[in-house]
Amino acid sequence: MDKETKKVLFEPLVDNNPITLQVLGVCSALAVTSQMSTSLIMALALTSVTACSSAAISAVRQHTPSSIRIIVQMIIIASLVIVVDQLLKAFAFDVSKKLSVFVGLIITNCIVMGRAEAYAMKNPPLQSFLDGIGNGMGYSLILIMVAAFRETLGSGKLLGFEVLPLVKDGGWYIPNGLMLLPPSAFFIIGLIIWGFRTFKPNQVERNEFKIMSISHGEGGHH
Amino acid sequence: MEAYISLFVKAIFIENLALSFFLGMCTFLAVSKKISTAMGLGIAVMVVQTLTVPANNFIYQTLLKEDALAWLGVTGVDLSFLSLLSCIGMIAAIVQILEMTLDKFFPALYNALGIFLPLITVNCAILAGSLFMIERDYNFSESVVYGVGSGFGWALAITVMAGVREKLKYSDIPTALQGLGITFITAGLMSLGFMAFSGIQL
Repeated sequence: MDKETKKVLFEPLVDNNPITLQVLGVCSALAVTSQMSTSLIMALALTSVTACSSAAISAVRQHTPSSIRIIVQMIIIASLVIVVDQLLKAFAFDVSKKLSVFVGLIITNCIVMGRAEAYAMKNPPLQSFLDGIGNGMGYSLILIMVAAFRETLGSGKLLGFEVLPLVKDGGWYIPNGLMLLPPSAFFIIGLIIWGFRTFKPNQVERNEFKIMSISHGEGGHH
Repeated sequence: MEAYISLFVKAIFIENLALSFFLGMCTFLAVSKKISTAMGLGIAVMVVQTLTVPANNFIYQTLLKEDALAWLGVTGVDLSFLSLLSCIGMIAAIVQILEMTLDKFFPALYNALGIFLPLITVNCAILAGSLFMIERDYNFSESVVYGVGSGFGWALAITVMAGVREKLKYSDIPTALQGLGITFITAGLMSLGFMAFSGIQL
């Protein structure tokens, strides 16, 4: 694997993560993560759609007039999502019921559109395919981290196997109901971003206002 | 009538698209720095939602649903797998038409909403409104009420969020948490607030 391929494939994991840095595709990251199994399926579905749509869009990029490019991209993405949706309904009906509209919402997932606009329109199909896989993996990483926290702390299980024995089954762990509720996903992603940015200080957004310390006597004289 | 009022309230508070289904989060987080812009986007979403949900409902009920083509004398055809494609096509078309109409007849409004309209095509709250409508099998009048209500709920959420963020600018936040991190945590707290509505049975 040469250097360029490596960069395209692994940079989106931490250094340029679609969720924590580019703020793309947040909706589904929050909504499907209360269980590990749904998150894994969602991650797989999104990665395959991003990779295939990037490759397809990149293959027709020289024949697409820029005035109708959004419509062309939309149609390619929507057709791929329909295929994924039907496959899920055929082979994993239970999970597809749980994911409800969120499979369809891959169409408007900004990661897919964002990568199509930002990368696939300018680069050859194979690289775009890898870029799609890379960004899909960055998304999956966050999804799996959030789901691991939420399912373990919320119900004491991971993928259906008991990890923390619950009090009602004679164990010691009292499940934290908040973790199964929607707001916990916000808190966990907020904390993950905090963690990422502590180790990668160049990702920090500076405040527009600098807070002055009062002990210097500068704060109180306005 | 009562059923419509309860559907309306449910769409705004209990099933708020932004804070209990996390839809339209990308724009929710990106365009909520100032109250005035947030309100502009909120109104635009509300208008588009009010138009697209009933329009998609009409197409779904008359063309795509199982046996919906009975009025043409064709039975046993189920085209509902095409609903994703037809929904997104309809949304893109309505947004485009709305943009052109506003530009021609209401230039002041167009200038106020202008930059937000193209963003709305890829706002997942809009597509989700139509998909929820299909999943819950609303009839036409229910879909009008749901469209208005869900759009209004999203607008309310983003305006409140912008209000909180305007105040938040002056607070002392740990360096690595500034910007996106603290915004996520704020949204989490707001979502907790909205969960208080979830106990209400209508």
